[in-house]
Amino acid sequence: MTVTTDRLPSYDEAVAAFDPVIGLEVHVELGTASKMFCGCSTTFGAPPNSQVCPTCLGLPGSLPVLNGAAVESTVRVGLALNATIVPWCRFARKNYFYPDMPKNFQTSQYDEPICVDGWLDVELVTEDGARTVRVEIERVHMEEDTGKSLHVGGATGRIHGADHSLVDYNRAGIPLIEIVTRPVEGAGAQAPELARAYVTALREIMRGLGVSDVRMEQGSLRCDANVSLRPGPEAPLVTRSETKNVNSLRSVERAVRHEIRRQAGRLTAGERVVQETRHWHEDTGITTPGRSKEQAEDYRYFPEPDLVPVAPDRDWVERLRAELPETPDARRIRLLDEWSLSEFDLQSMVNAGAVDLVAQTVEAGAPVDAARKWWLGEIARVANERGVALDELPITPAQVAAVVALVEAGELNDTLARQVIEGVLAGEGEPAEVVAERGLAVLSDDTALLAAVDAALAEQPDVAEKIRSGKVAAAGAIVGAVMKATRGQADAARVRELVLSRCA
Amino acid sequence: MSAGVSTASDLTRLTAAQTGAAIAAGEISAVETTRAHLERIAAVDARVHAFLHVDAEGALAAAAAVDARRAAGEQLGPLAGVPIAVKDVIATSGLPTTCGSRILEGWVPPYDATVVRRLREAGVVVLGKTNMDEFAMGSSTEHSAYGPTHNPWDLDRIPGGSGGGSAASVAAFEAPLAIGTDTGGSIRQPAAVTGTVGVKPTYGGVSRYGLVALASSLDQAGPCARTVLDAALLHEIIAGHDPLDSTSIDSPTPPVVEAARAADVRGMRIGVVRQFAGEGYQPGVQQRFTEAVALFEDLGATVVEVDCPNFDYALPAYYLILPSECSSNLARFDGMRYGLRVGDDATHSAEEVMALTRAAGFGAEAKRRIILGTYALSSGYYDAYYGQAQKVRTLIVRDFDAAFAQVDVLVSPTTPTTAFPLGERVDDPMAMYLADLCTIPSNLAGNASMSVPCGLSPDDGLPVGLQMIAPPMADDRLYRVGGAVEAALRDRWGHLLIEEAPPL
Repeated sequence: MTVTTDRLPSYDEAVAAFDPVIGLEVHVELGTASKMFCGCSTTFGAPPNSQVCPTCLGLPGSLPVLNGAAVESTVRVGLALNATIVPWCRFARKNYFYPDMPKNFQTSQYDEPICVDGWLDVELVTEDGARTVRVEIERVHMEEDTGKSLHVGGATGRIHGADHSLVDYNRAGIPLIEIVTRPVEGAGAQAPELARAYVTALREIMRGLGVSDVRMEQGSLRCDANVSLRPGPEAPLVTRSETKNVNSLRSVERAVRHEIRRQAGRLTAGERVVQETRHWHEDTGITTPGRSKEQAEDYRYFPEPDLVPVAPDRDWVERLRAELPETPDARRIRLLDEWSLSEFDLQSMVNAGAVDLVAQTVEAGAPVDAARKWWLGEIARVANERGVALDELPITPAQVAAVVALVEAGELNDTLARQVIEGVLAGEGEPAEVVAERGLAVLSDDTALLAAVDAALAEQPDVAEKIRSGKVAAAGAIVGAVMKATRGQADAARVRELVLSRCA
Repeated sequence: MSAGVSTASDLTRLTAAQTGAAIAAGEISAVETTRAHLERIAAVDARVHAFLHVDAEGALAAAAAVDARRAAGEQLGPLAGVPIAVKDVIATSGLPTTCGSRILEGWVPPYDATVVRRLREAGVVVLGKTNMDEFAMGSSTEHSAYGPTHNPWDLDRIPGGSGGGSAASVAAFEAPLAIGTDTGGSIRQPAAVTGTVGVKPTYGGVSRYGLVALASSLDQAGPCARTVLDAALLHEIIAGHDPLDSTSIDSPTPPVVEAARAADVRGMRIGVVRQFAGEGYQPGVQQRFTEAVALFEDLGATVVEVDCPNFDYALPAYYLILPSECSSNLARFDGMRYGLRVGDDATHSAEEVMALTRAAGFGAEAKRRIILGTYALSSGYYDAYYGQAQKVRTLIVRDFDAAFAQVDVLVSPTTPTTAFPLGERVDDPMAMYLADLCTIPSNLAGNASMSVPCGLSPDDGLPVGLQMIAPPMADDRLYRVGGAVEAALRDRWGHLLIEEAPPL
């Protein structure tokens, strides 16, 4: 059964008829040096099964020991999300069989999470300006990641139809936290944008805390989106679907949008929404059913007897609270002032994920305007082309600042600077190396420029005549020709001066 | 030396303390001691079947290393060069570890349990691995996938379980020492029915790292020996904090060797548990127990009767908690990573291979408890079963607390009957479970407990065990009391009870 999108109601029809309620479960891989319950390294991309030991392989007799750094990171996340850090909590075992899970149970917090009752304010851009929605956070808990299955043979890379499967346990036992919201009501038609804005805001917070690299494409931030539709904002909560594998910011928004339309289609047709897990398909933009609640596993949770309870020391928690970095919100207010930006300018930077990058570029010596111009202009264009986030591009704020410095010193013009950035993004090295390697430098030698100007004038005698007769605007054509002849390395303003003086 | 060592068989009759002292003094070598025990094993184990695996080569090499250290002038520890048998539930690097199960046939751990590491560091010579009920589930060793162990006192009777192999190896003079594990009585009940000494240390007193878990909150490794002092010397080596076991207690090991040497109960208050008598208790067992209690008074202790009303619920609570944890602990045996794999013929899915492997690899008792535990943890039943059982556990701890407010040590028969005939209870789980009636409360409460021989039952001429229970981390009291009983009875009989065992 394939549901095609063309039979679904339009999004506007869907949200006119129903009030969407969303809930988000976000998994974040913590960037600790070692795994949750053993000393193995957590480096991404190591050869398969090279970062394993008896504990994370679940060998008979092995035992877990809790990673203190992971607890600290989780507490800091909880504090940043305005949550209560409980005085005492435990881990549980979530029992189910799967080959990528070495013990056939996952050690995870369950009904006794370490952080409860937090919130995060999220800004939504509306026609009437910015609007703040408070997303309530039910819990933040700790757990361990599973291994990774690779299904070999078959067309889809999925287990169905595969010849055999390989399992890499490097990821097994990587510390994860799960951040679960309460049902988010009141976003109305903006529910998809809110979902995206929430995940974006969470990402900013994680990054600010330095607890994770939050790279969605590498799976270090993963989002499950719950969606339900009710007849109106006053109606009680109803059956929801849970969409998994939503692994980019854009997908979060699209998946919620699609689910709203899909559920509206069913409800309008008099069908019911089934409580089930659904899979998001990036390519087709639709969700398909996974297991339904009726077939769902009974995880047989019980307290993990191999670990002792976690009782965070109150003084320690308060110390961590005092040492929290500035929140993204507070920083936004500060930057607004320091950089003399409008709300709109700042919001567009936030939306582009450029605030940190611009700030770091400014710290590296670039003026605010120049830093903004490059990150939101040329670099944003490339990011868009490649379909990745700004910070996922192989260029650093320091490199952008270096390019800006070269422009300020008159050694590059914008055209050349763009080529330098292109070179850095292509992996050609540091800006200075790209300049040297590509031979990019503004031609400041008037003799060489004059020769080029004379050649251009000679090639276009009619234009030269117009300029001589006082039509100064025609000089543009000659300047263009000179810029082309010098492969953009000339200073256009100087060329113009030379053209006008030659035709005077 | 005073023991007059002359022949190989004499070497096997020495206590561990005597052997260690003789090796340290250069009177005998570790190699000849080891060889004598290997010869004894070769001579009798075909009938006893205490061992699943004998590592003659490794044992002789370890013994030679001890002799070399002595030759180099090194001061040896009290058990350096003394042979030991290790229950097959403990991971030994390079030596098979089957847990008495088909499902782990051929598995060779890549690491040593902490207990084994400590033994090796102390120069104790590992002879091999001993037979046991599958994954330590049973009281007769008949649930071993590799055939039962026979009681050296009567080869047609059970040696107790689950650690029947360890107890029998010590009783049959195949090893002066053994490591057992005790989840509900698996060290103490075999000790009782084989006329040997067995100690379940305080939970957390000995590291569980490398002990293949049956029930994580109940399992505890401990010493098996022929004398109380030997058990104490072994206890001191294996006990102590281990950072690899989160449930390991970070405080000094009680002075067990000193207490065993003191062997003095004068002024101590000893409590007889009222609940451990009456129906189901063999008259001969009851008689020897009553005599032991009278002996305490002769030795200068005060004896009172104490009431532990909730002990009546210990067995049912245990048979909910144990299967629950066991169903989760045994989930990892699925044929994916190690051990047996069944059905991997390109026609079965991974899930089917898991199911086929577990169906073929586990015996009836393991399956029974996995099913019980899976049920007890199921959603909708958890509170009624696992939850209630945990409450009972708390009540039992309170009973102990109240009892230990009145007395220093509690005593009871270790097991209600002497060794029963092989085959008698193997198809009657309830009858089998009753063998652990008196030993289970200590596991539920996590305190320390010991069984020492207190005579032969007049009705069948088989050994009777006296159980002593001390509060957590008061293990030294057991050795003080056990040592006193042992010394008084040796004075009475002129020898240790084990000397009365028929020659094999």
